[in-house]
Amino acid sequence: MIKQHYQSIIIQTICSLLIPFIQLFALYVIFHGHYGPGGGFQGGVLLAVSIILQRLYLGHKISYQKFPPRLAMALAATGLLIYGLAGIIPMLSGASFLDYGSLPLFWVHDAERRALGILIVETGIGLGVFGTLVLIFDNLVGERW
Amino acid sequence: MRWFNVLIMLLFVALMLYATAGLPDHADPQAPANTHVTPTYIEDTIKDTHTPNVVTSVLADYRGYDTLGETVVIFTAGLACVLVLMKRKANDKTTLSKHNNTDHM
Repeated sequence: MIKQHYQSIIIQTICSLLIPFIQLFALYVIFHGHYGPGGGFQGGVLLAVSIILQRLYLGHKISYQKFPPRLAMALAATGLLIYGLAGIIPMLSGASFLDYGSLPLFWVHDAERRALGILIVETGIGLGVFGTLVLIFDNLVGERW
Repeated sequence: MRWFNVLIMLLFVALMLYATAGLPDHADPQAPANTHVTPTYIEDTIKDTHTPNVVTSVLADYRGYDTLGETVVIFTAGLACVLVLMKRKANDKTTLSKHNNTDHM
């Protein structure tokens, strides 16, 4: 069981300084997946780590108000929905499932549309992994929501 | 019987080592795995997807079904965790027990 609240000023300062940078790096990992190592899975794990660090040093009472576990569940479902819609919307215009070249993004040409489709899908994966990992942590800790 | 098991295991190890000698070398361009669709992916990824990272274009575009399945698996695992581990409300008669009431620190 996690302690309710760490009274150490060192832990509180370091954690509150680290969390924004972890989240920024997570966004970098998600959106830089086109050009280097990274992608939705890794970036989603980093986002989840930032929330879990907040849970660890703030305790569940304050942390559940800042980021409720139900929001984590909603984000996980939203990420999966984004991926599914990116697959189904091309089918409406007659293309095959997950054919990003037929996404309705009219201001770019075909190959660039595929790059944007990959980005949309990676964002969905990131949200899904983020929500799922926070959800698993909240349930393993065993506090009531 | 124990030495018989050891003998069978040693024979199996020898068989595996013998089979390893027939595998292609590491990163051999003429290996069967590297001659089927891999050259197409590596050559066409810029033209098809404007994505220099071949891993990303294979993961999210060429093999999008697979990644959709992985995401569904992760989400389902999370939902299963919720179903198994979530604490019910205290007035829920079906799961009310002494353990649930005492560990609320």
